[in-house]
Amino acid sequence: MGIQLEIDGQPVTVEPGTTLLEAAKQAGITVPTICWHEATTSYALCRICVVEVAGMRLLQPGCIVEAADGMRVQTRSERVVRARKTILEMLASSVDLSDSPDILALMDEYGALPERFPEAERREVELMDDNPMYLRDYSKCVLCWRCVQVCAEDAQYTFALSFSGRGYETEIATFFDRPMPATTCVFCGQCVGVCPTGALKPKREFMLEQGMGPEEIAVMSSGRKRKRT
Amino acid sequence: MSEINLAPLDKILRPFVPLGRSGLLPALHAAQKQYGWLSEEIAAGVAAALGVPLADVHGVIEFYSLFYSAPVGRRMIRVCADPACALKGADDLLAHLCTHHGIQPNETTPDGSATIERSPCLGLCEQAPAILFDDQAETNVDLKTGHYELGRPRSPVYGPLRLLTRNCGNGTTFLAGYGAYAALQKALKMPPAEVIAEIKASGLVGRGGAAFPTGVKWQGAADAPGEEKYVVCNADESEPGTFKDRILLLDDPHSTIEGMRIAAHAIGATKGYIYLRGEYPYILPVLESALNEARQAGYLGGASGFDIEVRLGAGAYICGEETALFESIEGKRGFPRVKPPFPTTHGLFGKPTVINNVETLANVPLILSMGAAEYRKIGTEKSPGPKLFCVSGDVKKPGLYELPFGVTLGELMEMAGGIIADAGTDLETDKRMQAVLFGGAAGAFATPEQLDVKLTFEDLRAAGLPLGSGVVMVFDESRDLRDALARLGKFFAHESCGKCYPCQMGTQRQMEILERLVNGNWLPGDAERLQDVGWTMTDASLCGLGQTAAAAVLSAMKQFPALFDGGR
Ligand SMILES: Cc1cc2nc3c(=O)[nH]c(=O)nc-3n(C[C@H](O)[C@H](O)[C@H](O)COP(=O)(O)O)c2cc1C
Ligand code: SF4
Ligand code: FES
Repeated sequence: MGIQLEIDGQPVTVEPGTTLLEAAKQAGITVPTICWHEATTSYALCRICVVEVAGMRLLQPGCIVEAADGMRVQTRSERVVRARKTILEMLASSVDLSDSPDILALMDEYGALPERFPEAERREVELMDDNPMYLRDYSKCVLCWRCVQVCAEDAQYTFALSFSGRGYETEIATFFDRPMPATTCVFCGQCVGVCPTGALKPKREFMLEQGMGPEEIAVMSSGRKRKRT
Repeated sequence: MSEINLAPLDKILRPFVPLGRSGLLPALHAAQKQYGWLSEEIAAGVAAALGVPLADVHGVIEFYSLFYSAPVGRRMIRVCADPACALKGADDLLAHLCTHHGIQPNETTPDGSATIERSPCLGLCEQAPAILFDDQAETNVDLKTGHYELGRPRSPVYGPLRLLTRNCGNGTTFLAGYGAYAALQKALKMPPAEVIAEIKASGLVGRGGAAFPTGVKWQGAADAPGEEKYVVCNADESEPGTFKDRILLLDDPHSTIEGMRIAAHAIGATKGYIYLRGEYPYILPVLESALNEARQAGYLGGASGFDIEVRLGAGAYICGEETALFESIEGKRGFPRVKPPFPTTHGLFGKPTVINNVETLANVPLILSMGAAEYRKIGTEKSPGPKLFCVSGDVKKPGLYELPFGVTLGELMEMAGGIIADAGTDLETDKRMQAVLFGGAAGAFATPEQLDVKLTFEDLRAAGLPLGSGVVMVFDESRDLRDALARLGKFFAHESCGKCYPCQMGTQRQMEILERLVNGNWLPGDAERLQDVGWTMTDASLCGLGQTAAAAVLSAMKQFPALFDGGR
């Protein structure tokens, strides 16, 4: 017994338990996502996937809301577009998106202006180079939580990462900001694998980007927090 | 660096070890009480004792404003700077104290004797300006005369009804004064379904802000499968302008406890929690001793099959949101959960849970004693019962007003001596009303044209005013509402949990734009930016905090557009 609903005026039939995101995809309609990842639990953080459902007061996050019989969904209503565009503009005013091509493409698609919020306090953090495997540049972090999730119950059960601060000041952090080798981190690399923004980057990749040769890379060692240049 | 003597830590933590992760907040409170702050070594000790990952312990310390991961002064002076206190000179008070101690806000004196913080609303709004001085309330501070009151705050109670407040206004009412739990005795003779039917028949809806029918909520938890169920009392009261639960708990703790006990019978719960906001430390001993009285009388613990534990919050408005409150009791950062599932089936520890506000629970014994039919004679058809209103700001008699639903805003203002009918009298002290902030920070503004609105759920909804937690904050004609808006903006930016993007970034951008508004650096396009940020938070945020963080701003833009034309 399929669930029958309507997405952007188009009738769609899906299996019970299908999210609106998935249902839209089956109908050939793309709903954007940022925090969603197939390997991690969805907490509906970024809200870029919101859609308008007839009869519901608030916009609904497509990545977790399940399709129901008779639902009428609009994936690009005026309210939806306003929310997506504003979220993207706020992101651009908060973090360095230069390594996030997918988000930059979304900004183009929605006509989101990177300079929409002048005089905004940005989240700027020193580049952390404290281990031989990867660098952490939280100025690029969009707080999608994926790294924390794979480090914990979603994969590794290592629990090296949590958060510091709260609200706008939230940052991914270790216990009292200890360098990675002084934490429970086992350098499995899963956090680096799921990071969508280049905030977590293999050291090698970073150095190649900086135009370093293999020898220099071999010489570079771990140690301290390094001031961003 | 370890001058800290860790030897006593083991003993301090021992009572919390059996609680596991859920013991994290109480353990951190206890450790901080001993050491003054939570160093890396202490945090590691707590992590080891309770079996919680190190990073998570740090994450929790970082989330809550009242936990400190760096040394603070021996005395903690928290000065409220939210709108109600600001009307009574909070800024001057903060500046005066800082000058006196030779420091800036949020700094510690070099000798470590004191830390001064600019605090969110302390729930002492009717006795503004207010300070939380260590664990004591310091109220009605008057810099000119040097007058202040230190210790247990007074409970100014007014209004035509004295049902919910029958035991309020004269210090704590102990069990001897409260009397036997007669409503409970009556309820225990009824099958649970009948108790729920009685609550439904009374028409009681939640007083915590969301106005959800209490009987329906209880029914949901009663019907949910599972042996382990919980009753939680939401005493986190942090909505700026709200202080009703403070007075109820301080003066009449037994009505809330009896309400919880009746709820436990109705849904089949064996355990209850009272989550008390961290800024109400002076209520904690009152609650503990009332719970002990109830245990000794046989109403709680032992054979009664139900007991209650008090949990102290640690400085986070979001923990008043029901699912964030559960996370906090479970020893986590106060992140709200995605709903559904709802608490009635998946609440505290994932079990069926009834969570109610203090005032909601205080209505329960009243309903059982009077009977639903009698109870419904109070108030209006659609909004039955008594209601507490927290009146603060520019009125002569700020305080807690108990009214039947249906009194008009103008009548309440008359009682509070707040509006002056004709101008030209004593203009030094008597000014006309400009606006009323309704429902708190998450509220909306009423204008003097709306004085005839009846204070009922249905009339207020029609007028676009949220009843919220019963806040009625009055601003006279001399006030600049932009100042109040900027403070609310700061409040929400400080209190956003940071989980969902619209609120995490929106509260920050909103605060920045509102600061430009009060500082006179309004930029072209700021009005549109404020609207876009506001509507995005309202429409797309994960929980009620973000969904209402722009409510007052959007309401002011509608009611007082001239405030936003860029000029000062
Ligand atoms: C940000 C936020 C803060 C809240 N704070 C409180 C609070 O301090 N006290 C309270 O009773 N309810 C508060 N609520 C409402 C609760 O989530 C919940 O609806 C309420 O405790 C249910 O009790 P009731 O049905 O008796 O009103 C808050 C909600 C939000 C979104
Ligand atoms: S570091 Fe990367 S993966 Fe982790 S939360 Fe930030 S953006 Fe996401
Ligand atoms: S993808 Fe749905 S909230 Fe981020």
